[in-house]
Amino acid sequence: MNSPAQPSALIKTEVLYTGLFVVGLLAPFAVYPTFLMKLFCFALFASAFNLLLGFAGLLSFGHAAFLGTAGYVCGLLVRDSGVSPEVGILAGTVSAGLLGWLFGILAIRRTGIYFAMITLALAQMVYFLVLQVPATGGEDGLQGVPRGHLFGFIDLSDNIAMYYLVYAVFSLGFFLIYRTIHSPFGQILKAIRENEPRAISLGYDVARFKLLAFVISASLAGLAGATKTLVFQLASLSDVHWHTSGEVVLMTLLGGLGTILGPAVGSATIVTLQNELADKVGSWVTVIMGAIFVACVLAFRRGIVGEIQALIQRAGIR
Amino acid sequence: MEIFGVPTALLGSQLLVGLINGSFYAILSLGLAIIFGLLNIINFAHGAQYMMGAFIAWVALTKFQINYWVALIAAPLLVGLLGVILERTMLRKLYKLDHLYGLLLTFGLALIIEGIFRDQFGISGESYEVPEALSGGIHLGFMFLPLYRAWVVVVSLTVCFGTWFMIEKTRLGAYLRAGTENPQIVQALGINVPLLITFTYGYGVALAAFAGVLAAPVFQVNPLMGSNLIIVVFAVVVIGGMGSILGSIVTGIGLGLVEGLTKVFYPEASAVVVFVIMVIVLLVRPAGLFGKA
Repeated sequence: MNSPAQPSALIKTEVLYTGLFVVGLLAPFAVYPTFLMKLFCFALFASAFNLLLGFAGLLSFGHAAFLGTAGYVCGLLVRDSGVSPEVGILAGTVSAGLLGWLFGILAIRRTGIYFAMITLALAQMVYFLVLQVPATGGEDGLQGVPRGHLFGFIDLSDNIAMYYLVYAVFSLGFFLIYRTIHSPFGQILKAIRENEPRAISLGYDVARFKLLAFVISASLAGLAGATKTLVFQLASLSDVHWHTSGEVVLMTLLGGLGTILGPAVGSATIVTLQNELADKVGSWVTVIMGAIFVACVLAFRRGIVGEIQALIQRAGIR
Repeated sequence: MEIFGVPTALLGSQLLVGLINGSFYAILSLGLAIIFGLLNIINFAHGAQYMMGAFIAWVALTKFQINYWVALIAAPLLVGLLGVILERTMLRKLYKLDHLYGLLLTFGLALIIEGIFRDQFGISGESYEVPEALSGGIHLGFMFLPLYRAWVVVVSLTVCFGTWFMIEKTRLGAYLRAGTENPQIVQALGINVPLLITFTYGYGVALAAFAGVLAAPVFQVNPLMGSNLIIVVFAVVVIGGMGSILGSIVTGIGLGLVEGLTKVFYPEASAVVVFVIMVIVLLVRPAGLFGKA
């Protein structure tokens, strides 16, 4: 029932993605650019996270470590060593990838719930290190990071220019994730998620595939973090805090676990909510986030995009 | 008097702090292990429930003049009851799903509880007076031993080993162990497994609240006290493995002592030493010290 309809479905998704891409290009003329930039950074962060949880079935409860570390590395290099923003972003991404490799070789030794606890504990260790190392500015975070000039001539202090950089970074990252999911590698990840013993018996080196997925996911989370540091010109302790690790889980869950657009939709929803609620309800934001979490797990496990897909499928069958 | 160039008084008091922390690690990881054994859920709200125990004691004393001894019994009962309600209304719906959903649900619950307490009490922290009968201390010659701290260690160990005894030696414990191995067969033999599950979650949660009341006079009572602790306890659980009750107790206390020693010899590393040990254990013995490979 699914296979013969593919060509027209493919054209439909192409139209959908092209349409969304154009909307993104025009968006800064309608919506406050700083808000959009924050949204796209988190959308990339959540999409990277989803690659791991949604497609490889690995729940990392320490993804803030990658976002934060890349942010600090990029911020320190750009502010104190005077490197250009593109080099800063690249260095941040690479550092997150290396950290992801370290986390990965430790965490994939266990599965399921232990995997989540190990990543959480490792991320907490990173948090304490960031807190204690003098270079990171401790409780104050890293402030006054200049945006600088992209490739030496595009002035990023202009919000519109900065927006298009963020948008380009997001699109690139999103495309990479899309390609990864639809590659043979992505299929193997799904096989591991569905039935790990079977994937092993088919001859796949499961540990290596998990590790690679972890490194890709961590690097892209780092890409988001480094870019975010440039946008807000600061890296703060909250970027490495476990709250942020939980937030990205929530965004992905709310948008739709294992769907391609879900994490972006989820992070857009959460970032908008936080923006709207911050000055109205104060510390109740945490309570509301927790309540959404509970509601998602109990009654809404497919998430927004997952529910929409299910609706479309039902309509198609009828 | 000095040992390795460190005054014994300092060494002694840090080891005592380590022992106290270790007792809390032991009670909390014990609760996590019991809950995980039967429910297959990692209770992320454990830290929040510990914090609730401490706050119930504090509110009882400052608002209603209810003393420590009553709180030590009442707070675990209250929080345990809340746990029973949570299990009946929410957790129950998740048993057929991937275990990760249990972690996510309890994470959400932890956020809700923590958020409410932050809104009510701020984050500055409140202090709780040591009860009169346990104030003061004894001079041991090489160090001063505050009575309350000795009490915490003794009573936590008693509760830990009491729990161990209950699980290993009583009929109820036998049901529990059997339920952990194979709930379907236990149910078929006519034992009410759902009730057993509810009781287990309530008991695990009550243990957390009990630790919270014990902790109230030692640490600041603070809405964030639980979440900072619970992540370390997760590392403890990874190190010990959740397969063995006695294993969780021994691992918890051992790690507390190691942390105390680190505070004496290399204070900068004391916050991360448990995580470092976790890394080493993962490299050398991935299943955990007491886990089954």
